[in-house]
Order: sequence, then structure tokens, then C-alpha cells
Amino acid sequence: MFRKKEMIAMLLAGGQGSRLYALTRNLAKPAVPYGGKYRIIDFPLSNCVNSGIDTVGVLTQYQPLVLNEYIGNGQPWDLDRINGGVYVLPPYQKSKGSDWYTGTANAIYQNIPFIERYDPEYVVVLSGDHIYKMDYSKMLAYHKQNNADCTIAVLEVPMEEASRFGIMNCNEDMSIYEFEEKPPVPKSNLASMGIYIFTWSKMKKYLEEDEQDPNSSKDFGKNILPKMLADGQRMFAWPFDGYWKDVGTIDSLWEANMDLLDPNVPLDLRDPSWRIYARNPIMPPHYIAKGAVVQDSMVTEGCKIEGTVDFSVLFAGVTVEQGAVVRDSIVMPGSVIKAGAVVEYAIVAEDCVVGEGAHVGRRPEETEDKDAWGVAVIGAGVRIGAGVQVGPKAMVERDILEV
Amino acid sequence: MRDNRVHGIIFSNMHDHALSELTEKRTMGSIPIGGRYRLIDFILSNMVNSGISDIGVVTKSNYQSLMDHLGSGREWDLARKKGGLCILPPFGHAGSGIYRGKLEALHGILGYIRHSQAKYFVLADCDVIANIDLKKAVDQHVDTGADVTILYKKGLNMPETVQESTVFEIDETGRVTDVFINPQISGECNINLNMYIISKDLLEKVITETSSRNLYSFRKDFLQASVGKLWFQGYEVKEEARKINCMKSYYEANMAMFDEDLRNSLFLKDRPIYTKVRDEVPTTYGLSAKVSNSLVADGCVIDGEVENSIIFRGVQIGKDAKVKNSIVMQGTTIGEKANLDYVIIDKDVTVSDSRMLMGFSTYPIFISKGSIV
Repeated sequence: MFRKKEMIAMLLAGGQGSRLYALTRNLAKPAVPYGGKYRIIDFPLSNCVNSGIDTVGVLTQYQPLVLNEYIGNGQPWDLDRINGGVYVLPPYQKSKGSDWYTGTANAIYQNIPFIERYDPEYVVVLSGDHIYKMDYSKMLAYHKQNNADCTIAVLEVPMEEASRFGIMNCNEDMSIYEFEEKPPVPKSNLASMGIYIFTWSKMKKYLEEDEQDPNSSKDFGKNILPKMLADGQRMFAWPFDGYWKDVGTIDSLWEANMDLLDPNVPLDLRDPSWRIYARNPIMPPHYIAKGAVVQDSMVTEGCKIEGTVDFSVLFAGVTVEQGAVVRDSIVMPGSVIKAGAVVEYAIVAEDCVVGEGAHVGRRPEETEDKDAWGVAVIGAGVRIGAGVQVGPKAMVERDILEV
Repeated sequence: MRDNRVHGIIFSNMHDHALSELTEKRTMGSIPIGGRYRLIDFILSNMVNSGISDIGVVTKSNYQSLMDHLGSGREWDLARKKGGLCILPPFGHAGSGIYRGKLEALHGILGYIRHSQAKYFVLADCDVIANIDLKKAVDQHVDTGADVTILYKKGLNMPETVQESTVFEIDETGRVTDVFINPQISGECNINLNMYIISKDLLEKVITETSSRNLYSFRKDFLQASVGKLWFQGYEVKEEARKINCMKSYYEANMAMFDEDLRNSLFLKDRPIYTKVRDEVPTTYGLSAKVSNSLVADGCVIDGEVENSIIFRGVQIGKDAKVKNSIVMQGTTIGEKANLDYVIIDKDVTVSDSRMLMGFSTYPIFISKGSIV
């Protein structure tokens, strides 16, 4: 027997994150490590739990192994429940053939039976691509107060950047009268955050109708929302004013990590009333040796630092040997920076080895051609040999063992 | 079929008096150590990593912090349907009070022991930090057919500082021939690690027999009394092991963790030491942070200077503060320009700005839980 839930969450975690290149070769974007001990998906999952949502369906498709393993039974997020909890929902075979998820709306459509078991009044649709802290229960109260059919969380973005987002044009009461995807001349700067609360009866109707439409690309932003708006459904924008970052590109992932070192950025991970939960690596405290320099950085359990770490984020179990320098960089779990190596403006993925005296990345001020500059990326498990130079903006996916 | 052949019993309160400052508000087992651990984590993880998944923890007094730490045992993978963790608070009834020694404690849980399906019991205290493969010791016990297998470590006995120690005389076949309690001998000895392996049948027999004679000390009334009569076989622990039996050894064991070899022998990848998860953020180092030869746990904010120190989870160290040769436990805040040398600070202490606290290497100052300095 399943007990009725007022609202359940459907988390779209099938994204490939193709603009993260080497970092998402073997794992889905929501599983990308972030902030020293988290993965991106920890944020929406923790937000759900902290908002009182105890039933979450996680829709996976692209490279699900790491994500499945990570979510497990949901215990780290307190989502191992007798009634409800977290469920990984991959595409499945049906008596009449089988389908991949062909779009965000189709993914939810294929899981209507899952949703119906809980007989919810509302469904919140989330994506596993963003770093933010949000109380979905406040958004739901707003949805109910407006007697809305669909409420979309929006963020004020600088007007000059508005043309990169899906923009909501609203009346004074925040009801939406127009939805423009990446408008060349935006009328407003309220950007959709990809967080929707639907009244389930309405959502189900539109999902079923959209499924019958052969011309639809089965996408919330492109099909479902415009269709609902055209039919005159009650749609509202819910303004959010906290920290929110899409970590879809190498630069934005790098920036979002560096934001944690900036005391002026309003993303407080220390707030005990809104903890971000993560699966724990079970390692001893980090050790900082004599002669090491660690400044302006985030360091977590299992690290051993003998060299210099400056303005960087180190994940669990990272080793920085003597004389090595890690600056303005992100080093993901288990990687080793050997003696005398330099890592600057780089993202080093999991379990890499940067050999002795190797040099990864460059400082922008040391690069003549500014267009050729960018954050260097070393893919998971890659070994960089001793003395090897890896330039700025490089994307290394295979071992480079010799100079 | 899976069977729990070996059952673990951990005594969380033995030796409490040896570290009276630290055990004022907690058990021996819940004394914080090494930045994020409690003493009990070591023996508990050793048992779990050695395939023992049926474990009873005997408590006596002040065990709230221990209960809070252990919870359902999930973090040690001991939230099991079959076996798992069982906390055994004192069973008070008419005529019985709080137990006086290990034999009485065992008598109090005789029903629990009888109910066990295990063939062997591993009895252990919480006074050793080590990563020991107990499976090897159990195998030796089964192979030799000894009555009791006693785990010991060759090491230096220092009678002047050590309050709690048992030393064995062991012959060339590894058999224990004599037992000395708190002996006044120096030099290399076979030091008791307070870990014993015994069959269920013999354990039950020992408990009922000693109880009928109103005997309670495991070491005096069982080990010493039976050393010629029963076969006590020694098992030498080769792994790095440190006994915590006084403030000095506690302080030294913490400081020893700066040694990479000790850390590598304690914190093995395939035999991890588990502890309660607190979901802390990674530690943030400020622009003015200076850290050298220190072990720092998650959730700290460090803006000052830290040298030769163990910093537990969630500690804040203000700008221009200096913390040297110290142990700073969970949730403590150290104000700006404060200066600390050779200090052991218990949990949730506030040291105000510009305070100065100085101990000495042989006598570190202790600041008790929740104090405001």
C-alpha cells in the first residue's frame, strides 16, 4: 500500500552535460563532483529533504552507473523511507517495445505509473544541473495561494544576459503572459530556473496530450509550458533571490567552486538548518605537513598536503607532494599532484596523477593570446608524466606520459 | 548459510578512571581522538573489518554520548537483521547494583550471551587504537584449541606513569605462564591489550562460577587465578597499537598521528576506521591561515596559525590566533589573537579573543567541555 503524498519530486538526471567534455565521459552531469565533498545532485536531493519532500524519482539515462551507486538506498539524504524515499527510474522495456526518454516531458510521461502510486496533488520537476539552496515548500505555498496550475521558479538575471535564458514575461501579479526561449530582444529579465511545480491532474493531462503530438519534441520548455499558456492555464512565476548557478560548462563549474572561497557569495553551506548532505568517503582528517602552505582554500578528509595550495578546492583523498603548487584549481577525489608539479587554473578529475615537475594550465596573465586561454581539464584516471606541459584550455582525456 | 560464528563484546566503561577529566561526562569509549574519531571506533571497526557483525556494547554510566555516537550502528554497517549492534545498559534489579568489574558486567548480560548463536566470543575494551585483523587471532584460537587466547603487544612498560597495565610472562610456545597486574617493572614486556578470545561454553562457565563466589575482577579472579589451570595462549599483535591508559598516553597517541607511518597503519583503505557521519562542509582556510604538521577534520574555519595540533570537526580559529601542540575538540571556537600551547580543549569550548593558555609537554592543560575561557 502506498500512502498519499501531497507533493513528490521528479528529478531529471539524464543529462549528458556534453559541454563538460572529459568530466562527463563516464558519468552523468548530476554526478559531477562539486565543492570538495559533494556531487551536483546533492543539492536538489538535500533541498527536497529540507523542504519536507520525502519521495523523489530520479530519472536517469546517460551513464547511470556512478549515479546509481551514489544514490544507493538514499540513506545519506535521509531518503531511505518505508513510505516513499528516493527511486532511480531508468527507461524500461514495455510489452509493446521499449523507449529511451526522448525528452524531459517524455521521461515524466513514461513514469506516470510511479507518480500515480502516491496519488499526489502536486509534482515538482527539478533538474540535477544546478547549485542552489531552495525551500520548495515556500514555492508550493505560493502555488496554492495563486490557485495555479503551474508555477515556475525565476531568477532575475542581468538584462544583457537575458537572451541566453528562457524568459518569463509577467503581469504585475506575477502571472505569466508570455514565454520566450532565448529572446534576441528580451522584454524582461526573469529567467526560468528549470524548477516547476504542477498541479498533477493538469500536468498529467498535458503530458498525455503532448505524447500524442508527433511534432512535439516532448520537452517542458518547448512544448508543455507554451501549450499550457496558450490554453489559458494559470501560470505564475515565483521569484527566487538566492545563489543559483548552472554548472553546465567548464568555466561555470570552475567558477561555482571558486564561489565557495568568496565570502561575499551568498551560498552558505554551513547553515545547520539547511545542510547539504552527501555520501561520506570514510577517511581520516586531512594532514598538513611541516612546510606546507594552505591559504584561501577548501580542503576535506583524506588529503595530505606537503606543498602549496592557494585559492583551490581539494576533494577527499587528494595528495599534494612536496614543492608542488596547486593554485586557482579544483582537484577531485583521489588525485595525486607529485613533487614539484604545478597545477594552475585547472580542473583535475578523479584519480589522476600529475607527474613530478609537470605543469598543468597557465595563469591568464602569463598567456599572450587571451582567446586561447581557459581552464585546463584533466579527465578522470588520466596520468600526466613527469615534466609534461599541459597548456591552458587543454582537454586531456588520455595519458600523456612523456614530454 | 551465513552464520555469525564470532560474537564481539565491547566494554565501553572499563578504565574510565584512568582519564577522569575526559570521562567526566562520557564513557571511555566515547573519548574523542584523532580529529574525528571516538576510542570505540577503532575496536568496533576492527571487529567489523574482521567479519564480526554481531556486537554487544556494555555500558555502565555516563553513556548518553556513547548512545548518541553509535545510534543504530549504521555507520559501522551494523544495522543488521541478523546480529548487528546491541547496546547493553546496566541491567539493574533487586540485589544488584552497578557492576564492580568485568566478570560482574558479563554476569549482567549472561542472558544475552546465552542467546547468541556464536561459538566464540571476542571480549575487548576501548583503550587501544589500532587496526588489527582479529580474524587471524580467531583462526589461531580455533587452530590451537586453547581455552583463552590473549592478545598482547610487545612494548615498554612504564610503571611510573601507567595506572592500568597487565603484563604477561609467555613461554617459547606462546603459552601464558604468569599474569602481573600493574607490576613495577620497566623495559620490554608482553603488554595486555585487553582483548580475549574465548569459547561461548567456557565463557558461560566462567561467569557462573565466579559469580557464585562473588568474584568480579576478570584479571585477578579469572586470569591470575586460572593461569596454571587453563590453557591461555598468547597472540602477539604485530600491527601498530597504542594503549590509552592515562592523560599522557592519550596526548601522545594524538600527537603520534602526525607520523605518516602510524597514520598509514591505522587508516587502511580496505580496512577503514568508521565513525559517525556529521555531514560537515570541507574545512575553509582563510587568507591569513598558516598550518603546519597538523591533522584537521572537516567543518573548520581556520584563519589563524596552527602547528603540531589536532583540530576536530567544526572548530573555528580566529585571525592571528596561535594554536600549538594542542588538541582542540569538536565545535570549539578560538577567538582572534588567542595563544594556546600544550592545551587539550574538550568539546564546545569558547576561548575569547586574546586569551593565553600555556601548558607543558609533560603536563598539557585541560579545558573541560562547554567552558568559556
